[in-house]
Amino acid sequence: MDRKRLLEVTELKQHFRVSKRYTVKAVNGVSFVIHEGETYGLVGESGSGKSTIGRSIIRLYQPTSGRVTFEGVEISGPLRGKEQALLRTKMQMIFQDPMASLNPRKKVIDLIAQGLDIHKLYKSKEERREKVYRILDKVGLSREHADRYAHQFSGGQRQRIGIARALIMEPKLIIADEAISALDVSIQAQVVNLMKDIQEETNTAFLFIAHDLSMVKYISDRIGVLHLGYLVETGTTKDIFENPVHPYTKSLLSAIPLANPIQEKKRVAVPYDYATSGIDYALGREQSLSNTHKVLATDEELASWT
Amino acid sequence: MNEPVLSIRDLSISFKTSNGTVNAIRGVDLDLNKGETLAIVGESGSGKSVTVKAIMGILSGNQEIRSGTIQFRYNRDGEEVHQDLLQLSKKDMRRRINGKRIAMVFQDPMTSLNPTMAVGKQIMEGLIIHLKMSRPEAHERALELLRLVGIADPEKRMKSYPHQLSGGMRQRVVIAIMLACNPEVLICDEPTTALDVTVQAKILELIKNIQAKMQLSVIYITHDLGVVAKVADSVAVMYAGKIVERGTVNEIFYDPRHPYTCGLLSSMPDIVTETEKLYSIPGSPPNLLHEVKGDAFAPRNRYALNIDFQEEPPMFQISDTHYAATWLLHEQAPSMEMAASLKARIETARKEAGEWTESDSWR
Amino acid sequence: MADRSYTESHRPGDFQLADPHARAHVDHTYSNQSYWRDAYRQFTANKGAVIGLLVIVLITLFAIIGPMLSEHTYKSMNIKHKSLAPRIEGFENMPVFNGVANGIHSYKERKLEDVYYIFGTDTLGRDLWTRTWQGTRISLYIALIAVAIDMVIGMSYGLISGYFGGAVDNAMQRFIEILSGIPHLVIVTLLIVVLRPGLVTITLALMITGWIGMSRVARAQVLKLKEQEFVLASRTLGAGSMRIIFKDILPNIFGQIIIMSMFSIPSAIFTEAFLAFIGLGIPQPMASLGSLISESFKSMTIYPYMIVAPVVVLALLMLSFNLLADGLKDALDPKMKEM
Repeated sequence: MDRKRLLEVTELKQHFRVSKRYTVKAVNGVSFVIHEGETYGLVGESGSGKSTIGRSIIRLYQPTSGRVTFEGVEISGPLRGKEQALLRTKMQMIFQDPMASLNPRKKVIDLIAQGLDIHKLYKSKEERREKVYRILDKVGLSREHADRYAHQFSGGQRQRIGIARALIMEPKLIIADEAISALDVSIQAQVVNLMKDIQEETNTAFLFIAHDLSMVKYISDRIGVLHLGYLVETGTTKDIFENPVHPYTKSLLSAIPLANPIQEKKRVAVPYDYATSGIDYALGREQSLSNTHKVLATDEELASWT
Repeated sequence: MNEPVLSIRDLSISFKTSNGTVNAIRGVDLDLNKGETLAIVGESGSGKSVTVKAIMGILSGNQEIRSGTIQFRYNRDGEEVHQDLLQLSKKDMRRRINGKRIAMVFQDPMTSLNPTMAVGKQIMEGLIIHLKMSRPEAHERALELLRLVGIADPEKRMKSYPHQLSGGMRQRVVIAIMLACNPEVLICDEPTTALDVTVQAKILELIKNIQAKMQLSVIYITHDLGVVAKVADSVAVMYAGKIVERGTVNEIFYDPRHPYTCGLLSSMPDIVTETEKLYSIPGSPPNLLHEVKGDAFAPRNRYALNIDFQEEPPMFQISDTHYAATWLLHEQAPSMEMAASLKARIETARKEAGEWTESDSWR
Repeated sequence: MADRSYTESHRPGDFQLADPHARAHVDHTYSNQSYWRDAYRQFTANKGAVIGLLVIVLITLFAIIGPMLSEHTYKSMNIKHKSLAPRIEGFENMPVFNGVANGIHSYKERKLEDVYYIFGTDTLGRDLWTRTWQGTRISLYIALIAVAIDMVIGMSYGLISGYFGGAVDNAMQRFIEILSGIPHLVIVTLLIVVLRPGLVTITLALMITGWIGMSRVARAQVLKLKEQEFVLASRTLGAGSMRIIFKDILPNIFGQIIIMSMFSIPSAIFTEAFLAFIGLGIPQPMASLGSLISESFKSMTIYPYMIVAPVVVLALLMLSFNLLADGLKDALDPKMKEM
């Protein structure tokens, strides 16, 4: 697939200094690439650093070290006018909590048009309203919703408002930070389908951060598996699900319960305990198993796993 | 046929809000047999949590029980007792039932544990109060329990505080506390939703093992069908305060009859098969402030019939254990094909499972 | 086939997924009203708060028109009429307002048959009715101005300190700590010594440390909201700090600020009264509730009626403001609404 590279993350590190002696090493040297129009699924459990990566990329945090380029422009260094303008318009984020991600005192139309207001992307009030209406149609809400308040909607509808807020800026990349985790199962399917439709229509790329591997499989083209701040394995969806190499990936896949009672009752998850496994992520380096499939391992480990 | 341990009949609960009365539960019938696991599946607003809170007698002040009985069969001093839990006073519930015979594990382990008390002390509390053990006896038993739930180094952990433990460990401690008094029934309200998937797998294994060892009857509340497949013997699917389908776990997964159950199964992405497009149930659950006319699921049901909007469907019997409340099972209802993708998925699942016998598939 | 009273048929064309309008109905769980109308409803349901509000309105009304109702001014002295008991026309046979104090009908004694003072007079012959309401005017005025300025200064200080955090926050908070370490009374006394005692000086004295509490509340609220996702969303959209503080955070903490202000009004009134009582208040012949109490305190055992009116008004004001603030707190406090 010779698609253009949209986002390149190289050796991103994010450490938080909690006190003089204690630093939280949330992200330790993560590198990956997202191409135009594709969905990259970033998967991991709590403490893996996946949300931190999303927030570092969009500069809610200041990266400790490493390089992030977006459309060829470096956005991990000091942000001047040009980088700011690019970052704040062409990259958008959707958040996890549908209740907390919308300002309770703002009307829906003001919530959605916030980006337009800040960057002055319209000439008249009517134009603003028209733009908001068009986006509401796209995300499956009705025009009369524009004058209501966020607390009058259900969780799934609020998430759609959040998507509308991101989408109205016509971004090239949307970072979905656990955007469906707080929703009911049937609503998750609705929202995920919406994201797929949007991608088809606008060729927007998605960085889909989640802990639910089955949903990630459904929506992603490529996947990265995170553990304790390290990217332990990355590849296309097929690579990861049909040919997992890293023991953590294997244990993660085996832990997902299947909707098949007779099978499921017989199955036992593959255990994996980092502390006792003898693996040290800091010693591994990125090994290529194919064009697309990469694993974090030392040479000996790679030999024993394949 | 063994009499069920817990028997809920015609339970109706409503509660007052500043905007009116919400009919949260509208006539629920449930049975829990000894030694089995019953899973109650539903989304938010289905009323699953309210139902089990009614069993435990911990409904909030503005919640009112309109009708119904909850018959509990248990052993007291060698004698078998039948008791309608809804008739017990709060004091008797606390003295005889809560924690002692029916125990509950909640979703968030951090808020279930007292953050200012050491973990060991919290386990011992129930033992000392309910079982009247002495402190050294309780201490020994607490150590035993910690080992039972798979916590390494129990001596050290007795003195730990909840914030020093990981989420999975905290949930294990909660389970230990709940098992302390040898209850007969364990209710788990989404115990693993807040935990990572690998930790979840371990906790589910743990509960299964303990259940077998202690002959517990377990009620599991969840919205995750994968978890249901793993732990449940029988399943009740709830929607808008009513049970829409009930049966053994195999029946529900390999032969779902209610359109909502099918919708739920279809909207789960399958890790095994390739899915081109994920089916999603349109709309959102109904607002129970308003009186429901007909079938509550009708507005979202692509297979809705005219009668669904007028009259509520009764429970139709499919087999001895399998019931569904949908007009589609009526003899005059037209025959309907299940969605192709779901049918294919169930076929694959059945083939993999191997043992399930063929029965009448969906008309 | 048995006779059935219902019909069964497919809804025409129902094999496609529902159209957007069917899919996206608004949950009518809440009334379609804004936050303020909801708060209004909550507030009016609280009887105590409504009573408090009514009393405040009543007292304010009297404070405005009271002095105009009487032919005396607040400083006109009439020595012949000193220390007269409260007397209203027509109340001759009632137990109160009949001109009798300590068993002595002071009007009769001095042959002042046609003279009426509703609240009586003080030791210098000044009409207490006029003075009481004039005093209320001054007390209310001082309190409201002080609180209003406190609100503006305290809120801004707390917002900026809380939002920017880090070194800025550190410096600003240390400054507050130093300021609050200096005894309030000392500052006030110094002020009054340096500047002439007067309305402006008293207001200044109240303002000096009054804003600290407000800024702490504002800062705490900001810290709570700063990491909320809707603030993060504004940041990702490119909003600048000022926009975020005033458009995103401020509307969400406004309720708390109002509550805090309402609670500080009674304490401002009381502080002024206290200062007046110890002699640091507004100078004679101007009156405030506190100075009235201070004067009448000296003759409390001989002429108890002199102290009654200002004390009652003061107590009612403080109680009512507290009730009002409580009611506002319940109405404006953002509660988690059930989903």
